[in-house]
Amino acid sequence: MNLMQLTAAECGRMIQNREISAVELTKAALEAVCAREKTVNSFITVDEIYAVKRAEEIQKLIDNGTLTHPLAGVPMAVKDNICTKGMLTTCGSKMLSDFIPSYTATAAAHLEKAGAILLGKTNMDEFAMGSTTETSYYGAVKNPWKKDCVPGGSSGGSCAAVAAEECLYALGSDTGGSIRQPSSFCGVTGIKPTYGTVSRYGLVAYASSMDQIGPIAKDVTDCAVILETISSYDPMDSTSIKRRDTDFTSALLDDAAGMKIGIPRDYLEEGLDGEVRKAILQAADVLKEKGAVVEEFDLGLTKYAVPAYYIIACAEASSNLARFDGVKYGYRAKSYEGLHDMYRKSRSEGFGEEVKRRILLGSFVLSAGYYDAYYLKALRTRTLLKQEFDRAFARYDVILGPAAPYAAPPAGSSLGDPIQMYLGDIYTISANLVGIPGICLPCGMTEAGLPIGLQLLGDCRKEKNIIRMAYAFEQTRAYRRSPLAVSGTADHK
Amino acid sequence: MANIISDQLIAYTAVLAELELSEEEKKQAGRDMGQMLDYMDQLKELDTSAVEPMYHAFSMEGVFREDVVTNGDGRRDTLANAPFCSENGIIVPRTIGSEGAE
Repeated sequence: MNLMQLTAAECGRMIQNREISAVELTKAALEAVCAREKTVNSFITVDEIYAVKRAEEIQKLIDNGTLTHPLAGVPMAVKDNICTKGMLTTCGSKMLSDFIPSYTATAAAHLEKAGAILLGKTNMDEFAMGSTTETSYYGAVKNPWKKDCVPGGSSGGSCAAVAAEECLYALGSDTGGSIRQPSSFCGVTGIKPTYGTVSRYGLVAYASSMDQIGPIAKDVTDCAVILETISSYDPMDSTSIKRRDTDFTSALLDDAAGMKIGIPRDYLEEGLDGEVRKAILQAADVLKEKGAVVEEFDLGLTKYAVPAYYIIACAEASSNLARFDGVKYGYRAKSYEGLHDMYRKSRSEGFGEEVKRRILLGSFVLSAGYYDAYYLKALRTRTLLKQEFDRAFARYDVILGPAAPYAAPPAGSSLGDPIQMYLGDIYTISANLVGIPGICLPCGMTEAGLPIGLQLLGDCRKEKNIIRMAYAFEQTRAYRRSPLAVSGTADHK
Repeated sequence: MANIISDQLIAYTAVLAELELSEEEKKQAGRDMGQMLDYMDQLKELDTSAVEPMYHAFSMEGVFREDVVTNGDGRRDTLANAPFCSENGIIVPRTIGSEGAE
């Protein structure tokens, strides 16, 4: 049996039943990594020796009954902007090419405690700034469905690793769609939780008011189990929220009866690819057949979300990334004259093009004379957007739509036109601006053989609504494996 | 393009951003920023005069804790990440005084 084609929860169950061992499964994962990395490049760091040793230790704890968590012994990967003690954490940047954290992020620590086997760290757009995973200093990630297409981003490495069956699940981070959009492009399932649900402690900050860590896996069940494990109130994150309703697996019900689903008309209009549109509407019909009430409505202000998002995200990024100055950690320029020259040269040589573009824009919108016109204006627009979503959630339990306007675009076609690339985030970024949860799961295929993702958004703290609807939908279709996972090549025919 | 970003403004922004840009990068950055601002200017269509800015998803209050040290001595691990360090500290260029100072 090919163990890597199972889900994380299935593997966990087999480990608890002593049908397979954590070591056997970890070795199977490492073999898959070995065979497929040349094609997909989804990892920046893989630590085989650590992983096998860890699997042996975890198996002992399972054998003596200490570890009974459903994910104990299951190999996984963590996005490279999430700190892991003793393991290189680069954020996909030259700036952090030798950074070894002295502590582990809370979310990763929860999984560690549950007995997860960390295989390594996944590739990503530099500092999570990008929608294609082409801006990584460590090379672009390829789409496991078609290697000349992008996997999406910025958690492209995590999503590609899951789709390529190199790991059973992965952690990603989502600031403007960075879990949901690559999940859509890679045909996997990912959740961006309500802001504050998963601790950001140890997540290298991009835009602090929007960053959230979330799970990426083959199906909704896995995502619910992982999210349940990593959610917590954390005194180390001052924006962490206290919740008692994080038993997300209780929402895994094949039942859509009585749920009210709204489809924003704006999300179906110009800019949306015809095949994606069709698949989304078919998914809505499936949920209707299962008893949900589905209707279209006007969400409003959609087109203003993208400019507001990029102003706020860049402003926060320019502030957050000020810490990379060549002093305490990270890259320091080889030659410089004095302290400020060292700062400037280290940053200019250490950061890539897209990161510098966003830092510059962020510095600009925060500067005297432009602060009110751009930054405050964007924050006020954010308030208006929040009001639109509050109105929508007064009527609907779930907002249904696409995760991206199209399936995975060809590699090399996006970075040349930043605004066009940013527009690709139109369906995902609102969730980050207003703090609500979203899930993306596969709902169809294009004729060219690329996956299409369905996005479900819920109100704040209402992950259970979207998990339930996603689970109900998922029961109507089988999981489709990527060509790279099936045959070892990502050349779709 | 409605927003023309002068070389001077780019140079000033680069100072704020602590970035050193080559002449070519400055030109590119000016073009990029002009285009971005043109795009962002759509927000001006919205009347936000009576709207409060939303800094965070939830209204946040300051979070306090007792002033007690809870982490251990992480000096060695911290120094291990510094590009240049001595046994007890991080080495940086002279910050005050004449030699190489700004």
